[in-house]
Amino acid sequence: MMKQPDDTTLTEQGLAPQGRGRVLLIACGALAREILALKALNGWDHMDLTCLPAILHNHPEKIAGAARAVIEKHRADYDRLFLVYADCGTGGALERLCAETGVGMIPGPHCYSFFTGNAAFAAAAKDEITAFYLTDFLTRQFDAFVWHPLGLDRHPDLREAYFGHYTKLVYLAQTDDPALTAKAESCAARLGLAYERRFTGYGDLVTVLAELG
Amino acid sequence: MSDEEDIILSELNDEELVQQMFDDLYDGMKEEIEEAVNILLERGWAPYDILTKALVGGMTIVGHDFRDGILFVPEVLLAANAMKGGMTILKPLLAETGAPRMGKMVIGTVKGDIHDIGKNLVSMMMEGAGFEVVDLGINNAVEAYLEALEAEQPDILGMSALLTTTMPYMKVVIDTMVEQGLRDDYIVLVGGAPLNEEFGKAIGADAYCRDAAVAVETAKAFVARKHNQLSA
Repeated sequence: MMKQPDDTTLTEQGLAPQGRGRVLLIACGALAREILALKALNGWDHMDLTCLPAILHNHPEKIAGAARAVIEKHRADYDRLFLVYADCGTGGALERLCAETGVGMIPGPHCYSFFTGNAAFAAAAKDEITAFYLTDFLTRQFDAFVWHPLGLDRHPDLREAYFGHYTKLVYLAQTDDPALTAKAESCAARLGLAYERRFTGYGDLVTVLAELG
Repeated sequence: MSDEEDIILSELNDEELVQQMFDDLYDGMKEEIEEAVNILLERGWAPYDILTKALVGGMTIVGHDFRDGILFVPEVLLAANAMKGGMTILKPLLAETGAPRMGKMVIGTVKGDIHDIGKNLVSMMMEGAGFEVVDLGINNAVEAYLEALEAEQPDILGMSALLTTTMPYMKVVIDTMVEQGLRDDYIVLVGGAPLNEEFGKAIGADAYCRDAAVAVETAKAFVARKHNQLSA
């Protein structure tokens, strides 16, 4: 079993493939731990994993170009490639890339949705437009993804400009981890938002990956 | 203390002071901007000149550096906050002194979306360029847009969305305008991070504006064209 990559590397650099397996998963670095856990749990040895830097989450306009480069680089090395991204703020750019290259991707708008289950998220989301979501990864990397890039470490008075219309932070938990739960609650307090924890497990990620024979 | 901290704004000549205001805007120094605006007013500057030459001029530099990846959102917000401080002083004076009016815009974030940073920047820069702006805020249903169009009779409707899930609502608004025979009465501009030009065309907007500076230039061009058509 491969060594667990650290979060900082996944955020800034991503993950190189191992070169083993027929199916290459090209994922967001924010999903690496979850995919590796599912791989180990289900014995999906036919899958290899490579990740783009998770921080692209903050620059969605760069995701499709980065994904295209990986697809072109590895297309000849595997029987099948699969993009473990939802739309993720790309405005349909990933969907167009997949249509053009014949590579599959996860349905839905973003990981908050597919972890919850796309249907359930869509049903709930319209009633909670003032919710700010965190996953396990984003909770661990809250400072790298939220606090620092928004300048709240240097200018805490900007909090109102960013979060003035939000009312609650919803922690979508993939695992039961008391330390992460405590951290998510402290993130809510730092943003001045009410806190809610919702256990999702891996949601649609499991069913989508299970279909990749 | 450094020399920089010792700058006394009132001792600078006009040219130096405007240059200093560019720097202070860039650094998001609201109090200094407010002080400089008051100094220029005391020196007899027209409010419109302070707005365009000092504030908009400085904010344009900020906008270019944001577009070029030199400045990021937090710095732009701080600069905008400083400019807002100056504009609060100037706004009542602009009306009194008969500043040129470019046109009127109704703007709002679409239904289901609470993000307004980009929209607020556009509103501010449009006001800076001489447009009257009616800001509907966030989470606007089609009815809210239509009521505002009816009540305000603007030249331009601006719609903003940050989410992939909410941007299709712009088409709902435009389609409703078409159904009610209103579409051609207004210039429709759209913007927001996940949008692009192709999307703007596909939903029937007049233009997609990638940032506040582009929104201002696009609005000016469309309004001028509209006036030319009317006078032709």
